[in-house]
Amino acid sequence: MIFISAIFVNNIVLSQFLGICPFLGVSKKVETALGMGAAVAFVLTIATIVTFLIQKFVLDAFGLQYLQTITFILVIAALVQMVEIILKKVSPALYQALGVFLPLITTNCCILGVAILVIQKDFNLLTGVVYAFSTALGFGLALVIFAGLREQMSLVKIPKGMEGTPIALITAGLLAMAFMGFSGVV
Amino acid sequence: MNNFKVLMNGIVKENPTFVLLLGMCPTLGTTSSAVNGMGMGLATAFVLICSNVVISSIKNLIPDMVRIPAFVVVIASFVTLLQMVMQAYVPALYATLGLFIPLIVVNCILLGRAEAFAAKNNPLASLFDGVGMGLGFTIALTLLGAIRELLGTGKVFNFIIFPEGYGMLVFVLAPGAFIALGYLIALINRLKKA
Repeated sequence: MIFISAIFVNNIVLSQFLGICPFLGVSKKVETALGMGAAVAFVLTIATIVTFLIQKFVLDAFGLQYLQTITFILVIAALVQMVEIILKKVSPALYQALGVFLPLITTNCCILGVAILVIQKDFNLLTGVVYAFSTALGFGLALVIFAGLREQMSLVKIPKGMEGTPIALITAGLLAMAFMGFSGVV
Repeated sequence: MNNFKVLMNGIVKENPTFVLLLGMCPTLGTTSSAVNGMGMGLATAFVLICSNVVISSIKNLIPDMVRIPAFVVVIASFVTLLQMVMQAYVPALYATLGLFIPLIVVNCILLGRAEAFAAKNNPLASLFDGVGMGLGFTIALTLLGAIRELLGTGKVFNFIIFPEGYGMLVFVLAPGAFIALGYLIALINRLKKA
């Protein structure tokens, strides 16, 4: 249930407005969109586990909830660095594929957003991980569809003032409308 | 004079939303009404001004290697402060904006200005840059919020312009945000060329 709802009904990009920057930034080609989607899925799942444990065993245990924002962003930044270093050592091929996208992820608000949402919604660790992973899949799905649309769009003539961002935003709007069709499924 | 130029630069020439396209998530996510848009804009402006001033005052103390994490900590501290103040004095607005308040930390405008302006200029100029950028962002968000509120419910700032029955609900929902912003930027591109 959480799985379907996070991918389609409450798609992170198209109905919750998180992670718009990479959504608009790296969606010119389907390949880069796939790379970004994979990198986000990877980091998001790990980040959710780590921030969840920190929240439960450090912040809650010592009554430091007000430090949540600062702690989480630092943990995420450190984590991204670590993932980058480990990937470089363990799997150079994967690093080649995801490398460029990793530093960008720190400022992707869907990572911090999901980490905070999991705490706010009072999920347990397992549900939290499922939620994080399916959210990332939803992000990847939206990104790839959007990139496909934009590849097609570069082939047609667009009115002068609408070139670039405006037409991209309107396309995203129509895509969001299509995803609204899923509401009520779960 | 120079500071005035910096101020106007943020509001008009390099408007963070319409020209630089920074901070898209809160722009789209919180502008379901003019009041929400303005609240979010002012909240971001507050953090931006404070962090700009502090970062430019301590820029010489931070080693170059760790400057990004240091900036992030400064920004996150002010966001935490803002969260506490808003929770205490405007709990209703805090509840509507919800997740987007802690997410100010990862708003690209803040780190962008810290890196591009505050790290190179004196505190006074950075203050003006913060005010300019903050106001530019607030104006953009209020405008987008007002347009969506008008088309969606027939009201602006809760004043009724036309009966609610004629409103197009889609503009208050997610797709309307993308479409309204798209047309707004197209319009601004057109005006700039003219």
